Formats: sequence, structure tokens, C-alpha cells
Amino acid sequence: MPDKIRVLLAKPGLDGHDRGIKVIAAAFRDAGMEVIYTGLRQTPQMIVDAAVQEDVDAIGVSILSGAHMTLFPAILDEMKAKDASDILLFGGGIIPDDDKEELQKLGVAHIFTPGAPTTDAIAWLRKTIEAKKK
Amino acid sequence: MFTKSLLDNLEARLTDWNRTAEKTRQKKSKPRFFTVSGVDIDELYTPDSVVGANGDGYYFDKIGLPGEYPYTRGVHHTMYRTRLWTMRQFAGMGTPRQTNERFKYLLKSGGTGLSTAFDLPTLMGYDSDHVRSLGEVGKCGVAVDSLADMEILFDGIDLSQVSTSMTINSSASMALAMYLCVAEKQGVPFDKVRGTLQNDILKEYIAQKEFIFPPRPSIRLITDMMDYCSKNVPQYNTISISGYHIREAGATAVQELAFTLADGFQYVESAVEAGQDIDEFAPRLSYFFNAHSDFFEEIAKYRAARRIYARRMKEKYKAKNERSWLLRFHTQTAGCSLTAQQPENNIVRVALQALSGVLGGTQSLHTNSMDETLALPSEKAAKIALRTQQVIAHESGVANTVDPLAGSYFIEALTDKMEAECEAYFDEIERRGGVLQCIEEGFFQRELAKSAYAYQREIEEEQRVIVGVNDYVEENEKIDIPVLYIDKQVEADQRAFVQKVRAERDAAAVQATLEKLRQAANGSGNTFEAILDCSRVYVTLGEMCDLLREEWGEYVEPAAAMVAS
Repeated sequence: MPDKIRVLLAKPGLDGHDRGIKVIAAAFRDAGMEVIYTGLRQTPQMIVDAAVQEDVDAIGVSILSGAHMTLFPAILDEMKAKDASDILLFGGGIIPDDDKEELQKLGVAHIFTPGAPTTDAIAWLRKTIEAKKK
Repeated sequence: MFTKSLLDNLEARLTDWNRTAEKTRQKKSKPRFFTVSGVDIDELYTPDSVVGANGDGYYFDKIGLPGEYPYTRGVHHTMYRTRLWTMRQFAGMGTPRQTNERFKYLLKSGGTGLSTAFDLPTLMGYDSDHVRSLGEVGKCGVAVDSLADMEILFDGIDLSQVSTSMTINSSASMALAMYLCVAEKQGVPFDKVRGTLQNDILKEYIAQKEFIFPPRPSIRLITDMMDYCSKNVPQYNTISISGYHIREAGATAVQELAFTLADGFQYVESAVEAGQDIDEFAPRLSYFFNAHSDFFEEIAKYRAARRIYARRMKEKYKAKNERSWLLRFHTQTAGCSLTAQQPENNIVRVALQALSGVLGGTQSLHTNSMDETLALPSEKAAKIALRTQQVIAHESGVANTVDPLAGSYFIEALTDKMEAECEAYFDEIERRGGVLQCIEEGFFQRELAKSAYAYQREIEEEQRVIVGVNDYVEENEKIDIPVLYIDKQVEADQRAFVQKVRAERDAAAVQATLEKLRQAANGSGNTFEAILDCSRVYVTLGEMCDLLREEWGEYVEPAAAMVAS
């Protein structure tokens, strides 16, 4: 039995839409993962600090406010600064296709958009983390 | 409504009918027949399904005539035959200048009211150059830092002619104050200013989460404003008690109804406690509901809302003015029902949802644009959304008669059921110590998270079909509708502009009015009057909110509210 996947879920920026991230948190938990949900209005620094402290495999962030092109790069920078780039960063929200491609180039492992089933996110996370551990 | 002999006869006929129906009943087109909210729906509704419908008093007690107590059939006697609902499209993005252009475009396209979306820094009480505003300026609404921005936003729009709704809550007092200052500059007297402020802080703690201050001082901001406006801005709706966001956060129809009305009654109680006369402020209270995809469930929700509200306002709160009993509401189609997959299908979803709002007797309506799961609406998508309302209004014929669905066995039975379940929630809220207590212990928040998760599971387990998402899926779909991008320059321009405003204003007046606000925040002075004085001399929204943060502290969501399931 492999170790339980540990994942930090966070809401960065000023956005208060937390329906999606709570659904994801519940689904990940039901799938047997360890989930730490930070709550709202986290700065990139707070998120990366928490991820390092909690020794997580992945950070998942949800952004529906349109600030994704600022917040994702800021989190990636913070991860580099804290020597935490081995943690997998993924996200979800209202994010147009062009931005999605751009963010994936920058180092965001995956972006889920509205309608994506939680089972896809679970399967993707398991597969990606297992591949990394090999 | 129905005679005893009819009901007896019906019972006998139904026994026969059942025997025949049994043959086809075994085959089902789907395993379960239930609403978007998870409520099971019967195969057939008959006069038998409407409880109490054989009693003499039934019709006038439960349904009545439009414009008459208990208003189940609508708040006006002649409804849309006299005046169509207000087609009020929510708009706001980028700089005040850009939004001003969108406003003028919507008015030119036949929109009949304005509705302002603010960006997150404005909603959260930060100026555009605040560090927390990075990347958020102008993104999900327009940036407004000071009166200078509000002047641009309504440039060339006569505030005595147009009614304006503003979707803003924690910093609502500042937005309304700046709006009134623009009216003042246009020479429009306050008693001619019409519109609606969302200003519903309770649902922020429950659902939308754009809170700044703790609940009690937040409610004081609201009651101070209600007091000022009932005396000085009598045509303005100072609060729009909103179920919309509660529903978007995952509520069922009944939860939306119950939690929203409970919030409304909390404001009534708070204002009465603050010494205000219910019949002075209650006529200016208005509501805001979601129109989700379950057509009949939504219609029943609006009808139940009017009836429950009228009863409580009259019987429990002893309001005497008939206008205090009226639940007037705005409707917006459900953003959370729209799909990123095959986005053009959203046009159809929106049309059906809008139709339920109209058949439910809404006073105003916003129809969502098909591209909202991707970005802010493009001009074309926003126009199709408005045209959808115009087609309903002018082509469908549904506005020709008042409340055409009254008396439908299904609708009336569903309305009764909705009312009973809503009352059960009121009891539970009371048992738990009231609305504020429920917020603090995360009760509402957990209820919503549970419902949201259940709904998602039903989709994933394919108990529900969402076209394009879990059925009729197009593999490797390429979305080819235009997406609106907010230029990065917006943030830079807005930061520069607020700094220019700060440099050029009368510094002594700024200090003096801010000091007055500090005193009002700590004492018994009316905070809204102080905010109005600050706004006049270009104190920024962020400066006013910073001061109140210092005096009142910031609200942090309780851990109990963050539990997912």
C-alpha cells in the first residue's frame, strides 16, 4: 500500500468562491487522500509556507476571479524561492484555453475547468504523483 | 376549490387508472425522477395532491388574487400587462471608462436599467494600488477607488432617468455615497435617485465570502444607511437580500429560499431593535433570487417566497403598511448551471431559466451570457443574453396574462411543499440560536457544502444528465467563441489614477472627514453620513475601509465553516 497522497488546497487572492474547492476537498478525502484546506484569501507566500510545513505532495489552487495570470506565477516564484519546486502545482477555475496553455508552459502541471469530474482530478493526481515517485 | 364529490369520484377513477398505468410504469426512461435540488417528483398531480384544496377558504388563504395578500400570484394586480419586468444586465469590467461604454451600449440596445459589477479590490475595500489588489484590478468588475471613478462611470448618464443597481456589500456604503455625490454634481435631488444596492452582508458570511468586518458592526453600517436613506433617498432600495449567491454556493432551492428569507427577517429584527419603524424601512427591502434549471421547482420557489414573506411580515412582525408585506425580487439565471463544454448550449439553458423567473413573477431579470464559464461576457454574448429576455417578453406570449400557472396541481403542490420545508428550516435556525449564531457556528456553510457535493456526485454517478458534460460529450472539443480579455494596462492605469487623485485633493478636508468617520464608527453618529462627507472630498474607498478595519477588526471565517462534508 503506497503512502497516502497529501495535498494542500488553497484559495489565493481576494476571490471568495469556494464551492469548487470544497467539493474537491470532499472528493479527495473520500478517495483516501490527506487534505489540508487553507481557507480563503491566502497570499502565495502563505500557501507555499503551509505546503512546505505540511510536507505535501501537491498544491491545488482554485481561482475564479480572473487573477490567475498573476497568482499562479507568483506561487511558482515563491516555490522556487523556498526550494519547493518538487511539489506538484495544479489548479482550477474560470481560465480560458490560451491562459491554460501559457500557465502549463510556466510550470503549472494541470488546470481543470468547470464541468471537470472530480474522478478525473483524482485519477490525474494519483497517476502524476506515482510517476514522480518512480 | 374542489368539491367533495369531485374528489371522491377522482379517488375511484384513480384506482382504475393506476391499474392500467401499472403496465407502462414498469418501463422507466430513467431510474429516478427528481429535481435539481434532489426532490423526488410524483408521476402525476391531481386535485388530490393539493392539500386543503377542498376547503372553502383555500383559494383566498393560499393563492388569492395578484396584488393582494398573500401575494402568491404576484405583487402587482396587472403585472407585465402594465409594465414588463426591468431587463437589467449586470455589467462591469476594466476601467470606469470601459464600463461606462458598456452601460451606454446596453441602454442603446434596449436595456432598461443598469447593474454594476465591481472588481474584487473594490468589493473587499482595497484601493487599486494596494498590494492585495495585484492582478485583480478590473478583472471581475469595474475598479472604483474614489468619487473621481464614479464620476467617469456614470458620465453622460442622467441619474434622474435611469435606475442603477450596484452589486456590492461590505463596502456598499462607500459605493452608494459616491453614487449620491455624482447625483449631487448632476443636480439630481436625492429623492429622485432610484436603484438598488445589494448591501446584504449576511449572505457574504454564508456563501459569497466577500466580508471585511465582523457581523455586528457590518449590520450597523447597514442599519445606519437604511435610516439615512428612508429619510433622504426614499426611492432607493437600500438592500437586496440575496439568495442568488447562496444557491450558487451549492444550496438546494429550499435552502436558498429558507436562508435568504431568514437573513431578511434578521435585518428586519436588527432595524427594529435599532429603533426604526418597520413600515418606514420595510417597503424598501427587496430580494434577489437565482433561476436554476429546474423549471417548475423555481417557479414554486418564487411563489412560496412571496406567500411566506407576506405572512411573516404581517403576522409575526406586525407590519401594517401593505407595501411592507410585498416581496419584490430581482432574478438572475444560474451561473453555476452553465458549462464550459459546448458553451453555445448555455443560451438555451439561460432562456429556460429566464422563463421560470418571468412565470414566477420577477420584477427584474438578468440573463447570463453563454461565455461566463470562460471569462467575462463579450459584447456579442451579452447582447444575445439581453435578446433572450426580449424574445420571452415579446414573442412567447407568457406575459399576456397574470400568473398563468396558478391552479396547476403540480405547481400548487410544489409551492406548498416548498413552504413547509422552508418553515422547518426556520425552526431549526431558531433552535440553533438564530441567523448570526448559525453563521458563527458554520451551520449554513456546511449545509451548502453538503448539497454541493451531493449534486456533483449525482452528476458523476450519472444520475443526472448534463448535456455536453456527462452525456452527448464531444471529444477534443475546440471552443471557438471569442473571449474577452482585460488588458494588463488597466491595472497600471487605475493605480496611477488613484495616486493622482490622492495627490490633488484637499488634504485637510480628507483628514477632517476621516476623523468624523472614526468618531461615528466608535460612537452613536450615523456612519453613512460620515462616509458621504468623506466621499465628497475624494477620500478613497480603501482609506475608509482601512479606518473601519482599524476600529472594528477583520472577520475571519470560523474553522467550522470550512469543513467540506
